[in-house]
Amino acid sequence: MRFTETRAALLFISPWLIGFFIFTAWPVINSAYLSLTDYDVINDPNFIGFDNYVTLFEDPKVGLALRNTFIFTVMSVPAQLVVSLGLALLLNAATRASGFFRTAFFLPKMTPPVAIGILLLMLFNGQNGLINSFLAIFGIDGPAWTTDPDWVKPGLVLMSLWTVGASVVIILAALRGVPQELYDSALVDGAGWWRRTLRITVPMISPTLFFLFIVDSINALQSFTEAYTAFFGSGNTTYSNDAALFYTIYLFQQAFEFLHMGYASALAWLLFIVIMAITVVQILLTRRFVHYEGGQP
Amino acid sequence: MKRRIRLILTWTALSAFALAFIYPFIWLLSASFKPRSEVFDHRILPETFTFDNYIKVWQEAPLALWMFNTLLVTVLAAVAVTITSAMVAWGFAYFRFPGRGALFGVVLATMMLPGAVTMIPVFLIWNSLGMVGTLTPLWAQNLFGSAFYIFLLRQFFMGLPREPFEAAKIDGANNWKIFTRIALPLCKPAVVVTLLFEFQAAWTDLMRPLIYLRDSSTFTVPRGLKALLDQFGFGGEWHWEIVMTASVITTIPMIILFFLGQKHFVKGIATTGSKG
Repeated sequence: MRFTETRAALLFISPWLIGFFIFTAWPVINSAYLSLTDYDVINDPNFIGFDNYVTLFEDPKVGLALRNTFIFTVMSVPAQLVVSLGLALLLNAATRASGFFRTAFFLPKMTPPVAIGILLLMLFNGQNGLINSFLAIFGIDGPAWTTDPDWVKPGLVLMSLWTVGASVVIILAALRGVPQELYDSALVDGAGWWRRTLRITVPMISPTLFFLFIVDSINALQSFTEAYTAFFGSGNTTYSNDAALFYTIYLFQQAFEFLHMGYASALAWLLFIVIMAITVVQILLTRRFVHYEGGQP
Repeated sequence: MKRRIRLILTWTALSAFALAFIYPFIWLLSASFKPRSEVFDHRILPETFTFDNYIKVWQEAPLALWMFNTLLVTVLAAVAVTITSAMVAWGFAYFRFPGRGALFGVVLATMMLPGAVTMIPVFLIWNSLGMVGTLTPLWAQNLFGSAFYIFLLRQFFMGLPREPFEAAKIDGANNWKIFTRIALPLCKPAVVVTLLFEFQAAWTDLMRPLIYLRDSSTFTVPRGLKALLDQFGFGGEWHWEIVMTASVITTIPMIILFFLGQKHFVKGIATTGSKG
């Protein structure tokens, strides 16, 4: 009986088991090995020990790409959290038509990231883009978002705020789960809106905010498509911009444009270590601010 | 009275933000109907209304072929990942076997691995199979399930009562029948969510098409859009109206998908958050 159940279970999970060995376990081992080689796909891998890892620390572009990626993450993740929390609170406060507004906030999330990269170039164009035309109404002379190295990342961050729709939906679901009694007793105590939000709402949904903080950071550290579309690719000399060189873009270039598969594998492992380290630090630093109803899960 | 003012303020803020979120769509759609010289005039209604951009895109790029390629990849990717992920999820949710917890831990752990680590070796696998340049690498990996969907579907299966399955077993139904006839139909909302999520993911992906596709005739729509941008946007030609029209064409299927499955999308995403 026990044996037949195990056999049946193994049959059901066999697709994942096979896939795990072919597309995860073996690639992880192979990637670790390749990172110790010089490999261009055409010729056999040439074992060179830790040379690639030494090169990593001497390659100025690695430093640049890491810096770009950090700056983007540090700016975009808190901004996304604040905006999505704000929009979710507004939606939660609206008694009617919240479905319509939710749809409006969510729709941009459906846009293919390539199209978002193109929209970025159009909307943030320094001379005649929509954003600067809008700023001009208030007499503000907007920057050259798409060409000035100092403004490329802020532009990418603002563009990333356009796709917070999924976070809004997640936070809204959490808000609706906060028990009404808590607010009722706070109202009796005469607590104002701000106080209720800061003392009740935010602590009650802190597990959700924590989850989004971690996931958004991991995603931001691996940003690729929007920046690659707008600022890189063949024939793109006009907008080619080192300020938008994110780590994953540099890795992609090394691997598939220059065919430095060994070096790119080393880059991938550095990324893995960086993401792990950042995630662990984030969890350790923010865990005590997270409130779990009924104790730690 | 105070309540009323607050409600009006909420509505005003919501409307302003909603306009800001929707406006880029309106701007893009409107620009796609403008001649080249008027693209950046920021009028909502084009001064000169023209279909030329759509005709030109159709002539300049094999759009129908790209659409067909994308649809093929997307349907295969979504159907494959849904069937296999549901199978695996059911295996983990229903059966008890030694090492189940540890093995499921491995499923979850693979989600933490950045795609960059496996990207190169997986490329080398497809390369050694001679499949680089074909559409196969864009979807075939989905035949082995995907950790995120396995997790999502397993949560759903775990929430089902056990009685109907035990009853079916006593009636002599085999495991496969129990899965396909009882478990899957009960789990329809989660199955639809998986289909929709993967459909969107496969349709909008750029990185894999960049890695695997070489010839324009094999491009997916996002890959083709990037090629059009490189050719007409950059490359000294500055035909932004072509690029924008192609962007509209790439985006519209996803907007339609959202309105077809709005309820499931919203529910699916809300669950993703609460299960984390």
